[in-house]
Amino acid sequence: MLASQNLRKQEARASRRRSIDRWFGRIGFLVTLGTLGVLAILLLNLAASGLTRIDWQFLLSFPSRRPAEAGILSAWVGTILLMMVTASVAVPLGVAAGIYLEEYAPKNKWTDFVEINISNLAGVPSILYGLMALGLFVYQFRFGQSILAGGLALACLVLPIVIVATREALRTIPASIREAAFALGATRWQAVWHHLLPYSTGGIATGVILAMSRAIGESAPLITIGALTFIAFLPPAPILVHAPFISFDWLFSPFTALPIQMFNWVSRPGEEFQSNAAAAGLFLMLITLSMNGAAILLRRHAQRNIKW
Amino acid sequence: MNPIPAAQVSSVKDIAEVEVKPEVKVEIQNLSFFYGRNQVLRNVSLDVPAYQVTAMIGPSGCGKTTLLRCLNRMHDLYPGNRYEGSVRLHPGGTDILGPGMDPIRVRMRFGMVFQKPNPFPKSIYENVAYGLRLQGMNKRRDLDERVEKALRESALWDEVKSRLHQLAHNLSGGQQQRLCIARAIATDPDVVLFDEPTSALDPIATSKIEELIVEMKKRVTVIIVTHNLQQAGRISDRTAFMYLGELIEFGETNRMFTNPAKPQTEDYISGRFG
Amino acid sequence: MSFPYESSRRLDKAIERVMVGILRVGGWASVLVTFGIVITLVTESWPFFKAVPLGRLFTDRMWTPLFLEPQYGIGALLAGTLVTTGVALCVAIPLGTLLAIYLSEFAEPRFREVVKPMLELLSAVPTVVYGYFALLTLTPILQKIYPDLPQFSMLSAGLIMGIMIIPYVTSLGEDSMRSVPMLLREGAFALGDGKLGVAVRVVFPGAFSGLASAYVLAISRAVGETMIVAIAAGLQPRFTINPLESAATVTAFIVQVSLGDLPHGSIGYQSIFAAGAVLFLMTLGFNLAGHILRRRFHRAC
Repeated sequence: MLASQNLRKQEARASRRRSIDRWFGRIGFLVTLGTLGVLAILLLNLAASGLTRIDWQFLLSFPSRRPAEAGILSAWVGTILLMMVTASVAVPLGVAAGIYLEEYAPKNKWTDFVEINISNLAGVPSILYGLMALGLFVYQFRFGQSILAGGLALACLVLPIVIVATREALRTIPASIREAAFALGATRWQAVWHHLLPYSTGGIATGVILAMSRAIGESAPLITIGALTFIAFLPPAPILVHAPFISFDWLFSPFTALPIQMFNWVSRPGEEFQSNAAAAGLFLMLITLSMNGAAILLRRHAQRNIKW
Repeated sequence: MNPIPAAQVSSVKDIAEVEVKPEVKVEIQNLSFFYGRNQVLRNVSLDVPAYQVTAMIGPSGCGKTTLLRCLNRMHDLYPGNRYEGSVRLHPGGTDILGPGMDPIRVRMRFGMVFQKPNPFPKSIYENVAYGLRLQGMNKRRDLDERVEKALRESALWDEVKSRLHQLAHNLSGGQQQRLCIARAIATDPDVVLFDEPTSALDPIATSKIEELIVEMKKRVTVIIVTHNLQQAGRISDRTAFMYLGELIEFGETNRMFTNPAKPQTEDYISGRFG
Repeated sequence: MSFPYESSRRLDKAIERVMVGILRVGGWASVLVTFGIVITLVTESWPFFKAVPLGRLFTDRMWTPLFLEPQYGIGALLAGTLVTTGVALCVAIPLGTLLAIYLSEFAEPRFREVVKPMLELLSAVPTVVYGYFALLTLTPILQKIYPDLPQFSMLSAGLIMGIMIIPYVTSLGEDSMRSVPMLLREGAFALGDGKLGVAVRVVFPGAFSGLASAYVLAISRAVGETMIVAIAAGLQPRFTINPLESAATVTAFIVQVSLGDLPHGSIGYQSIFAAGAVLFLMTLGFNLAGHILRRRFHRAC
């Protein structure tokens, strides 16, 4: 039983605990705002240095030794072409792998190994993908220092992201849906094609957007395979006005990309190059933010539509 | 206990039949509880006697656990809850639900044992010492003494004295629950609240804990929520029957089980609904 | 008994077999990628390790494999990696853990829902842009406080890297803490503890393997980071542990050599694969440790 002196001590202790809780709540709130605030300040600084530099001339010019005349034309064209290769490889392979692992693969040691492998790949530094592409795609397969090699390197990099997103999207569909389809006599593929894929498209699309957003911002693997930083020409066009109307020459062309161009300008002394870098960075951030924003909206929309 | 005036006693039988009014420990007056818009407790008034075991029985959803958790203000941990009425803890008479009342202070005067054993991911010793440390005890010798006392009072000392610093998770379910009891009584609370403490345990572990509870009432007031009518009959001195958030009947256990006053009480006890 | 849909059923089964085959290829793709990385690193760095006696990697003081009189002290690069990682962790682990505790135990659900995706944005910013921030935004600010700070410093790169890594710690840490069952917390609250006490004394130990795996993955991310250090910490290998100096990391070295000419099989070519092999072993170790810790956490739940 508590003596009255003890009681007063307990009261003091209890109120101290409450005030500690209050203080930690305040500190946590401030740290949260502070962390986000630091990002905001950095981005505002970027905008302040680079916003004025973005105009049509900047978007449509090639890089130049004279910073005032330089632009990011070859860079964003290169990025688009790279993304075409990356997407056309990573998306089918990643979604297929996700479906296979989630719906078909038996639960045994081999599947365990594949899963450990995927989670390890997600943690491999991006530059190692560049080294692999250098040895394998550039030299062994003789693709050269080309868009194909770069696109494949990035595809390998984002493959784990697509696989995980596909699996998570499929996992949210309850088992009863699958069982209903099987009970009606569907084959596994029919269940996937008719039921599971349509319901999980939102989640898969979200994952694909996030994967591509990551790929657009990557520069280390591209530098390693030899993406040149000074490209004053565009790769050959994929579509021709004469037969056979489609060309694949562009795949083997040297290239540059937005993050590479920014890296090149950041490394040069002088305010004008720095403001070019800021402009390129701002452009890159706008793309990244809109893709991430689109992914978040898509995820909310998909979650709201289907209620299990 | 009030002495009976000699003039009123005419025979030994009179002494036996006069109801001795025990000291009240927890005075619940017009307690209502709202979860959001739902009213879960309706105007419950109840005087819990000191140094006795009071059982709370009733079908699922009748509000007995909700009532228990009002007493140590556990509902404050979750948003959207509202209390009405008063709960006074004696001696002292302070209203636990009063506007300036600190829930942490309240909880220090109660002990709680939960439906599923929930020892902390710490050693057996540290589990029991947790509440003592919270109350400022930090001298090794004092802690050792109180930990041993609590473990003895929970009939667990002999089983764990040689492995006090091993993790609590290695104990069996029944031992874990006795550890949780030790943890709750180590700080010498006024009242110990039991929320269906044996529903997850086997019969042997259950009977050990029931023995503990009966032994415990010499030192503390016990309130136990149980869905097991036989358990209530075995160990409690008083029983409160609740239904749909209302207190239907409250009285001496033996009388309630053999001669309930209200028809709903009789229906529940005879198993007509559950 | 004749089944009316026999023929279309056969077609379905054929499609099923084909599709399983195609899907299985996808399943193998990830294994092939790992295979590709390992094989390439081993075969292309093998000449380097054969030519250079292993002892020299540890005894030489400088890393200059492309010089006429080469030095092979990889310690110079490792020092750069360790110091920048150390600075980054000094930022990311305390702040990340504090945020994880705050979001998990204190913040309102609606606040958490809004803030979590915003914190994830921190890790979505392209690393070149972070490199720009480190070199052109943060370094001038730091130079106002400490005027002797060189243009390239491990401190500046490490601090920005720390900010980038915060979401790794917070996200996984907060998930681990929220999986600790409420029943455990109630036991502590019922004894009269406050929110921070419960968070530190009950939730944190209960979520420890999950948090540890978050820390380990953060370390792995910091060790493998390339652009921030290449831009802001410098490209000159230097054996120093002073964060106020510039130095090259393992990853920055690879970038620097790649910017030049790299004929297949040259010393420069082999040396970057050697560095890559070392980097792979380091991050593999951290990733496996993180995986084991995460498994242990899930089992403990």
